[in-house]
Amino acid sequence: MALKRYVVGCFDDEEVLFPAVKKVRNAGYKIQDVYTPFPVHGLDHALGMRETSLHTAGFIYGILGTTTALAGMGWVFTKDWPMNIGGKPNFPLPAFIPIVFELTVLFAAVGMVMTFCYLCQLAPFVRKHHFHPRATDDLFVMAIECTDRTNVEDLKGFLQSAGAKEVSYQVAESGWWFGRYDVEPKLYREENPVIG
Amino acid sequence: MASISEQFEVSGKMKTWSMGLMGVGILAFIIGFITKGLSSDEHQQAIFWGTLLYNSIFFLLICNASMFFICVTTLAHGGWQVTFRRVPEAISAVVPIFGLIAIFILFFIVFGLNHGDHNLIYHWRIPGDDQIILKKTGFLNPPFFVIWTLLSIGLWSYLGMRMRKLSEESDQAEMNQEQGNKWIHRNTVIGSLFLVWFGLTVGSTTPWLWLMSIDTHWYSTMYSWYTFASSFVAGMALIALFIIYLKNRGYLEYTNDEHLHDIGKFMFAFSIFWTYLWFSQYMLIWYSNQPEETTYFQPRTKDGVWKGVYYLNLVINFLCPLLILMTKNSKRNYTVVAFMAVLIIFGHWMDFNQMVMASVSRDHVTFGWLDFGIAALFVGMMIFFVGKALSRVPLIPKNHPFLKESIIHHT
Repeated sequence: MALKRYVVGCFDDEEVLFPAVKKVRNAGYKIQDVYTPFPVHGLDHALGMRETSLHTAGFIYGILGTTTALAGMGWVFTKDWPMNIGGKPNFPLPAFIPIVFELTVLFAAVGMVMTFCYLCQLAPFVRKHHFHPRATDDLFVMAIECTDRTNVEDLKGFLQSAGAKEVSYQVAESGWWFGRYDVEPKLYREENPVIG
Repeated sequence: MASISEQFEVSGKMKTWSMGLMGVGILAFIIGFITKGLSSDEHQQAIFWGTLLYNSIFFLLICNASMFFICVTTLAHGGWQVTFRRVPEAISAVVPIFGLIAIFILFFIVFGLNHGDHNLIYHWRIPGDDQIILKKTGFLNPPFFVIWTLLSIGLWSYLGMRMRKLSEESDQAEMNQEQGNKWIHRNTVIGSLFLVWFGLTVGSTTPWLWLMSIDTHWYSTMYSWYTFASSFVAGMALIALFIIYLKNRGYLEYTNDEHLHDIGKFMFAFSIFWTYLWFSQYMLIWYSNQPEETTYFQPRTKDGVWKGVYYLNLVINFLCPLLILMTKNSKRNYTVVAFMAVLIIFGHWMDFNQMVMASVSRDHVTFGWLDFGIAALFVGMMIFFVGKALSRVPLIPKNHPFLKESIIHHT
């Protein structure tokens, strides 16, 4: 894990945020992410993010569930322990369909949730740096990663001209670490230098 | 937004196509009538009238599904459908015409096809001393059949007409908020009346009367929902087709792939719903294996001659929509949605075919030129009358309170 340098701009209005995202990207800065209090339609397109492959993963998990159910029940009722149930064949497909359906849904749902948690690095005790606590309340927080050539003061001015209400410079862990928010309260006492 | 005005004009090509299809259809009808309808062979006569029966009911129900869609979205206070709302309205304007045709065919079958001790299609018409049918005569008798059929089609037509009238009324003047609220409320009242009646008819009794009673001994409580799912998904496909046609002609400026995406979702979801009903009906009967219940599936599965049609049906109506319409991109692609819409309408038309014809003719598959000919007749009529209804009023209800919501719709 490495420490990285960020310039963080906070916006309080979607209408300002979208043109700002466009301006920042056109100026060649690399936006790490935009943290919003609620899902914002079209922001992923504005940020130029690749379409998620989560649904493809879901499809594969579903197929996996289908085959697991069919193979499992098929093996049990034809090879392992054949039983005569109501005179039906040993591999009664219609009777299996509801279970096949359920397992398909179960695999797809659980698999997608776990994949989502993995992709977002969400797990108990996993901690990540919060750029601004109000990102969960009423601010749209844009984090821009600084490179060696980034002039921090220029970037701050640029963000302010794009409509940012608060601008700050933060050095933060880019990845995640183990910890607990209640025993590590430093995050909320952290005071960022505010300009303007 | 007061400047919005889109007026559809029926093009020469559309007219030629509808006339051509109707011509082919009438030709098929006449040839069918001479070779089958007037044949001395009862089986041939039954095939002729059965073909007319399922075609007229299928096209009546998929057009009526448009009004169901309008009423449901009205009651849910949905705004996304407003930019293309005139399209389902125009499709539902065909209901009275197709209704009249269906009434004629149904009544002719009930009253004109009694040959001595049996009716060619509806066995309950002359029950004889069949105890099972005699117990059902409280529901399956000609007076009830006549009254219920007239009431069903009459009220669908009447309430549908009221909804369309209200929609046209909104074109006259811009509404302020209070007037808008009142107007929406009036829509809600008529829409809910329509839905209640729709539930009592398409959702339950009418398919039992018109279609399920062909296998008089057999019964399934799933049957009406199955019919409804079939007609609704085909109805959504029909709306999609007309929208894509109008988009290609340069109309419906405010309808875009966001709206198409939602219609695609309907087509996808209700294909799955149809399959759920298909399977539930099948599995319960398969599992309990009662002779009077399995009679329906005898000609359709296992050793039955209709097996091919029956399972092809499942491939077209379940596997194709499931795999092709699953991704977001395919639901937003006009070509894919148009192709799937045609496929779904064809698939559910074939579903109606096997629902009726496999019971009328249990030992022979009758799928052939007559089916396509009669279908061409109905498709031609549908294009003709829907085109006419579309050109009667502007394509966009410019004063609808939810219009803006629909224009900025984002899925």
